[in-house]
Amino acid sequence: MTTPQSMSLAGGPPKSLNTAQRLWLFTGFAGLFILLLATFGIAFPNSGLWLSSSLFAILVSVIGFSHASYGTHPEGIKNNGVWFKSVSGRGIWAWGLGILLTGFYVVLYFYPEYLGLVSGGDNQGLIAFFDPLSRALSGNPASQWFVYGALYTLAILAFGIKFIWKYRHNRYQILRTLSVMFFQLAFAFLIPEIMARLNGDLPYYDLKNIWPLNYYNFERYRINAFISSGNLGLAMLLFGIASTLVITPILTYFFGKRWYCSWVCGCGGLAETAGDPFRHLSDKSTFAWKVERWVIHSVLVFVVLMTTAVIYSYLGPDNSKYWLSRGQLLFGVGALLTLVFAWVMVFKRQELRKDAKVGAIAYFVVIMGLILLHTTSDGQQLFLFKSETLRKTYSFLIGSVFSGVIGTGFYPIFGSRVWCRFGCPMAAILGLQQRLFSRFRITTNGGQCISCGNCSAYCEMGIDVRAYAQKGQNVVRASCVGCGICSAVCPRGVLRLENGPLKDRINPREILLGNDVDLMDFLGKSPR
Amino acid sequence: MHVVIIGNGIAGVTAARHIRKLSDARITLISAETDSFFSRTALMYIYMGHLTFDQTKPYEESFWGKNRIDRVRGYVQQVLPEQKSLELADGRTMGYDTLILATGSRPNKFGWPGQDLDGVQGLYSYQDLELLERYAPDNKTCHRAVIVGGGLIGIELAEMLRSREIPVTFLVRESSFWNGVLPKGESEMINEHIREHHIDLRLGTNLKEILADASGRARAVVTDTGETIDCNLVGLTAGVSPNIGFLKGSGIELDKGVLVSRYLETNIRDVYAIGDCAQQREPIGRRRPVEAVWYTGRMMGETVAQTICGNRREYAPGHWFNSAKFLDIEYQTYGWVFPERSRGEEEQHFHWRHPKDLVCLTLAYNGSSGLFLGLNTFGMRMRHEVLDRWLREGRSATHVVAHLREALFDPELYRHPVAQIQAAYQLQNQPVS
Repeated sequence: MTTPQSMSLAGGPPKSLNTAQRLWLFTGFAGLFILLLATFGIAFPNSGLWLSSSLFAILVSVIGFSHASYGTHPEGIKNNGVWFKSVSGRGIWAWGLGILLTGFYVVLYFYPEYLGLVSGGDNQGLIAFFDPLSRALSGNPASQWFVYGALYTLAILAFGIKFIWKYRHNRYQILRTLSVMFFQLAFAFLIPEIMARLNGDLPYYDLKNIWPLNYYNFERYRINAFISSGNLGLAMLLFGIASTLVITPILTYFFGKRWYCSWVCGCGGLAETAGDPFRHLSDKSTFAWKVERWVIHSVLVFVVLMTTAVIYSYLGPDNSKYWLSRGQLLFGVGALLTLVFAWVMVFKRQELRKDAKVGAIAYFVVIMGLILLHTTSDGQQLFLFKSETLRKTYSFLIGSVFSGVIGTGFYPIFGSRVWCRFGCPMAAILGLQQRLFSRFRITTNGGQCISCGNCSAYCEMGIDVRAYAQKGQNVVRASCVGCGICSAVCPRGVLRLENGPLKDRINPREILLGNDVDLMDFLGKSPR
Repeated sequence: MHVVIIGNGIAGVTAARHIRKLSDARITLISAETDSFFSRTALMYIYMGHLTFDQTKPYEESFWGKNRIDRVRGYVQQVLPEQKSLELADGRTMGYDTLILATGSRPNKFGWPGQDLDGVQGLYSYQDLELLERYAPDNKTCHRAVIVGGGLIGIELAEMLRSREIPVTFLVRESSFWNGVLPKGESEMINEHIREHHIDLRLGTNLKEILADASGRARAVVTDTGETIDCNLVGLTAGVSPNIGFLKGSGIELDKGVLVSRYLETNIRDVYAIGDCAQQREPIGRRRPVEAVWYTGRMMGETVAQTICGNRREYAPGHWFNSAKFLDIEYQTYGWVFPERSRGEEEQHFHWRHPKDLVCLTLAYNGSSGLFLGLNTFGMRMRHEVLDRWLREGRSATHVVAHLREALFDPELYRHPVAQIQAAYQLQNQPVS
């Protein structure tokens, strides 16, 4: 991509930081430096105090930096110099940060011993450094996941405050950001820890983490733990099932997938806060859109197959072990898929583009074919693979590499929503619902669009919003997470996120409002 | 049929798109400015670092091939209507069956001494942006810029330069910013906002002369108040006029712009003019004969395509609307709201301004009949469809105020001062007792 930097013949626009920004940046790096020292095994006396000061320094530095950046300017859109700054303009700092983050994820997922994880013994290094916080919450020593969770929550809180400062004129953005900050802090971080303290048998459960994002929710060890933990455990299991099958569709019908993706979800929460400076880096080409549709729906098929296979592997041939038998499971899955598929084909055939139809038919045939294949064989495996192999492959490829290493590590290069756009099976399900059966849309304001391109540029999901706006057409897209930034950055007040009736939700137009009313009528009526 | 369109701005490109939808004609788009259509209104965002140049292009490269729209980069020097051909500056010639002139505007220069010096420029074209990058890349090269002319482009240029922390002096001829278009209350609010952005706003001040340094570069301006202001860049933003110099002597009838009938036809058969460069022979309602606005360019493009493809249609735009952004304040207008100096006797205003925030609105109505004439809003987004409908249905001002909530287009969860506006309106319209 060409950047306007090359146009500059003599010098360039201000890219450097002001004194206050430098000061706060230094504070933050001091906090990070303490964590780095701990990682390399420096033992701090009174480590609880050092940990607190380190985390506090990071939090305060982000807040101070935000004030130095936005506090001194009148409220409004703050995108000056976004493409000129190294860190947000794919410069050297962006690559450096990307490599650092990617490295962190690789270590976290595959080499936690470098962070100080000792299996069967006392933790060391960074993980031991977090022990005081973990013990205070759950009573247990920290794990690499606790460290990750704590830093993740800190990032959402600190950069959430930054985001709110940046968009302080926009009430939708403020409330939405408070929401993701709350759900991360309470649901993802505190409640599971506290529940572990109250009832040690319960599996660790972030209640807002819904299958298939939470792809391991129905694995054997979790099911057994749920069932053996009395009514509370059973309630949690039922809630997990209901989240996917009942709660999610209802909320998505009324509000679109945004209720989850940009108001509740942790992945979305990080993308919206810490990832905000990188949202303009997403690829807007129609090619990327095509890739997106194939990849994300393939992941969805994969997770359905994998979960079915995993559940199948521990169910019995009859109901003596669990209340569901293998046959019932397969029948249920097949019936559900058939129902959805038939419904789409009967009622929504006209709305789908050709390739969506092709994809739906192909995948449906694949799934049904494989299930049929099983019924004719009788082994310990479902489909062509061992369920354990499927699970491990999914967990490695999708759960770790895609969502973590690529999804977050590459924020400064590919933008903040790579995982949500190309990989997340939950987003895929919500997206299908949003596209086919939801009241949500982004309304275009008559003829007011000037095709400037701010909406498309700042869409983190890579939607070419302008392509719709300049046609006066509502944006109804599976991938839209409803972050509302397109509407915020629009200089002419053209876009509005809305929930409304399904009728005329998709409204292609020939001539935009403002021109000859007779001509609009004339072309509106003529068949095309 | 070969349709040649000179100019690849919004008017020309819209015409090309619609001709393609309606016909199989061969279409050629000629531009001297850029290879690809870009959004002129977005030029400012490139300089400000919000967008790359590529991001200002509304269509992907594949669009042109897919829609069989040929693009030619070149400057048309002469139009020869008798031979139905064009001559390009590089010597190429091109024949046409139908010609559409969509050549846009150029910045006004009013004969100021020094107006052609280096470092003196308008802000209209991609080339102007390149000039700006040369003369005002940062505040070390450009210690101060002076902008002459208080309109939409002037305030955009000021915002651009401020984004690079370049000190800006803004000379405005009028006694208040853009008060030839905006009513007093609104214009005054924008004055305040301009100053809030540390722009040195000089109202009621004219440019007298631009002074050069030894190398022929602008070094200072002299104002009519006798002051000399040192600067490295002078932005001339006192409006634009049609870009039609190359048509002189072609036989195409010109005035300020290319004179066109209501069918957008020039005096010569098969030659049409649309967008900024067209001038209506007969006035359309209260619209100006030359309208250099994005939206009208687009609408003329939509209309002329019908005519060229055999469905001859008058250019009959609906109710006037427009929008702009003054630094951080969005502005929308629907229908007619005239400022004090050009307001008819019957037109009355209800003006409301938020006690704290930079939010205001002005509602124009007929004083005797109560008919709703138009609405200006600042810092509030309104729904085009609803206001257009109210104007078409001939609603009263009272109806508009009572139903204002239906017309709001601000993002969800915003707090709206509707109740305050309605209370203020009632107070103003209470019968005197």
